[in-house]
Amino acid sequence: MSAGGQSTSGTQPLLSARLEITADGFVNVFVGKVELGQGILTAFAQIAAEELDVALDRVRVFGATTARGPDEGTTSGSRSVMHAGVALRQACAEARARLLEAAASQANVPLGVLCVRDGQILDEHAQPRATYWQFAGTGLLERPASGDAKPKYPGDYTVVGRDAARLDLPDKFAGRPRFIQDLSMPGQLFGRVVRPPAPGACLNALDELAARSISTVVAVVRDGSFLGVVATREDDAVRAAELLRRHASWTEPPTLPDQRAMAEHLKSQPVEDLALARIVDESAHADVAKAIERSYRRPYVAHASIAPGCGVARWEGDGRLTVWTHSQGIFPLRSAIAAACAMEEASVVVHHVEGAGCYGHNSADDAAFDAVLLARAVPGRPVQVVWSRDDEFAWEPYGSAMVVDLRVEVDHRGDIVRWRHDVWGGGHHARPGYADIPGLLGDFEANEAVMAPAEDPSFANGAGNGRNAVPAYRIRDLDVNAHRTLTMPIRTSSLRALGATLNVFAIESVMDELAEAAGVDQVDYRVRQLPDERARAVVRAAADLAGWVHRPAGESLGWGIAYARYKNSCAHCAVVACVEAVSEVRVRQLFVAVDAGQVINPDGLANQIEGGATQAASWAVKEAVTFDRHAITSRDWESYPILRFTEAPTVTVRLLPLQHEPPLGVGECAAGPVTAAIANALHDAIGVRVRDLPLTPDRIDAAIRNA
Amino acid sequence: MSDSPAWAGSPLTEPEDFDIEVNGEHHVVTCRRDTPVLYALRGDLGLKGTRFGCGLGQCGACFVLFDGHPTPSCDLPVWAAAGHSIVTVEGLATDGRPSRLQRAFTEEQAAQCGYCMSGILISATALLQQEPDPDEARVREALDRNLCRCGSHGRVVRAVLKAAKMETP
Ligand code: FES
Ligand code: FES
Repeated sequence: MSAGGQSTSGTQPLLSARLEITADGFVNVFVGKVELGQGILTAFAQIAAEELDVALDRVRVFGATTARGPDEGTTSGSRSVMHAGVALRQACAEARARLLEAAASQANVPLGVLCVRDGQILDEHAQPRATYWQFAGTGLLERPASGDAKPKYPGDYTVVGRDAARLDLPDKFAGRPRFIQDLSMPGQLFGRVVRPPAPGACLNALDELAARSISTVVAVVRDGSFLGVVATREDDAVRAAELLRRHASWTEPPTLPDQRAMAEHLKSQPVEDLALARIVDESAHADVAKAIERSYRRPYVAHASIAPGCGVARWEGDGRLTVWTHSQGIFPLRSAIAAACAMEEASVVVHHVEGAGCYGHNSADDAAFDAVLLARAVPGRPVQVVWSRDDEFAWEPYGSAMVVDLRVEVDHRGDIVRWRHDVWGGGHHARPGYADIPGLLGDFEANEAVMAPAEDPSFANGAGNGRNAVPAYRIRDLDVNAHRTLTMPIRTSSLRALGATLNVFAIESVMDELAEAAGVDQVDYRVRQLPDERARAVVRAAADLAGWVHRPAGESLGWGIAYARYKNSCAHCAVVACVEAVSEVRVRQLFVAVDAGQVINPDGLANQIEGGATQAASWAVKEAVTFDRHAITSRDWESYPILRFTEAPTVTVRLLPLQHEPPLGVGECAAGPVTAAIANALHDAIGVRVRDLPLTPDRIDAAIRNA
Repeated sequence: MSDSPAWAGSPLTEPEDFDIEVNGEHHVVTCRRDTPVLYALRGDLGLKGTRFGCGLGQCGACFVLFDGHPTPSCDLPVWAAAGHSIVTVEGLATDGRPSRLQRAFTEEQAAQCGYCMSGILISATALLQQEPDPDEARVREALDRNLCRCGSHGRVVRAVLKAAKMETP
């Protein structure tokens, strides 16, 4: 592979930064976005196959690496196809144009008569005149993208927009090595980290003797309150870490808030305010017939990846550093590592290797940096670090606890006149490099530094606490504000959908109440207040899919609907939930309708939506991080239960076919609507509204008693 | 407070040789007697298909067939495995041909990240060996000890039901 990248003349990337033609008949595609189990590599392969007119199995998509580029930042927020996919399509269209021009001049035929079939360049008589592959290595693509080629008309697509089998799955079903945990390099060693017992704890004293007595232990690393061990055998690394833990003493001040009073805690902290929407209509108050005030909460929620974090690092003799990671953002991670190690970015190479699903910023970056710190003790040898399940639950940055206060006023018909929404929560962005610090757990520990509070993405990037706080409904007088807390007793960062889950839960719960009060069907009420035709269409589609009009009523059976447009700018999503509820709520079925504009791989997208909906159902009915005044207490799958096979709903997805519209980010669109639809269905089943997530038996019980 | 597996803190023993049968072949592994089979498979035998998820017997990612029963290999000491048969996900194919469950999982595209799938395939294999024609409720029950964080449950259930209907194993 050539070291494609930036052109020397300007900042316009070379076509070869994104793709390469090989003599043996393959198209190598280089992307900066990473596979997270969402099928992105397959979608990119489809885009390349489509624009270049080659068979899908000729396209090989390479994992992202800082050694080559392109730099596409972080893979998150459902934006990969919206942005990187569009860039790849353009590059492929240009590559095709350059290849055809070269073939035309070589064969001395007019450009206009040539066409391509699976890499064969044919003339008007379908006679082969050249192939792509003969231009391999000619430097044809070593030129800046000019933006002059026109991608295909979507109506002509034959690969994009059709189901394609995921390229990565055969390995995963066969158990072939593919994950970062499976890396096995010559001389590889195994590291384990001993994390403090609680946030803010500092390492006082340590007796290394017992750990060092294990013959396979090659290093014990202590740096401030960062503590770890390296061994030649993985099981012995686990043993040695346990021995270190038993022989370490820590100061553990109580630093955590009272879990039973989180809403009060959040509202009493210093905050940064962000006005998200303000429409003033002086005449509105004259039409107000009725007002309701409601408050909604959610707890801290864990990413809880099925695989604890893993990282591999090797320090070379000359001080250069190579890192393998399942991070969502290899370039930002490289910058953060370089900053934490006080070295040049150019001396650090970061390769992405697939990991288990992460659902946002979890332990991946921290595990990579743990490997960096441990590997420094054994230059020349790669060290693989795997977190324990206990550490994964206790130390990953959670999706923040949040609270929403809503005040809504309606007119005599029950239509919305005034709406005020205030949301409080910790920040949703503490990825590497946030707050101008490395932001890596091991670095905080080594420096015994207090973590800077998490930030929020800008409003233009969809906001954090404020994500989806602005309702899509017609409202005359509107005032929406987010308040990000400036203290962070419990580490928080990006979890799928960020603030959208609670904001949509709040908005759609209140919409349900308003519809009920107005005596209007839940679907009709929403359709009546939605100004956007695509929004109305998606609500109707979900209702159709679920058979809303003829939904069976039954003892303890309930139905609910909810809608949101993710980030107010991405996919439209409406969900109908069917639940069974007595003392606990069982989510039986979810019907999800999505308008995502152009879709690359419909089955792949449906798969993603099903997964996101199921996970959101799990958050809604089960999940909460628990803690006392010292430490996190939900540290395994028993204290942090998630939905199991016997509890998981059947999810039915319908994608609205709008291939001519631009692709809209879709990955996380269902979280809010699923949560709200379940709560609305719970109300339909048993007549109470639970406004405190998760919808556990004791909360349902409390709501019944207070009703 | 911290939840570490018991073997990690138990008194250290010297490494010994253990003869274990994996996917029909005998192997000698040299390790401490309480080393979980998971580490022997992944480290000593290079069979990386069996996954570490919790090390606590709670998630199913590390399941193997132990004398035909789905069993957490993270919780199975190597001394207790000697003299028994172990089948890992790598042992589900026959002469390189994926099993009907593996084929059905591919047909249904029954995974997101796929990390949980080795263990799920093991549980499903045991189910179909015992009950050739399970209904949906039985499939869900049989997989209830396997966690999937990505939410691939629906597709997995469909794939298992489909595999049950396939002629060739
Ligand atoms: S890793 Fe063995 S059950 Fe989780
Ligand atoms: S597919 Fe990712 S955990 Fe199951």
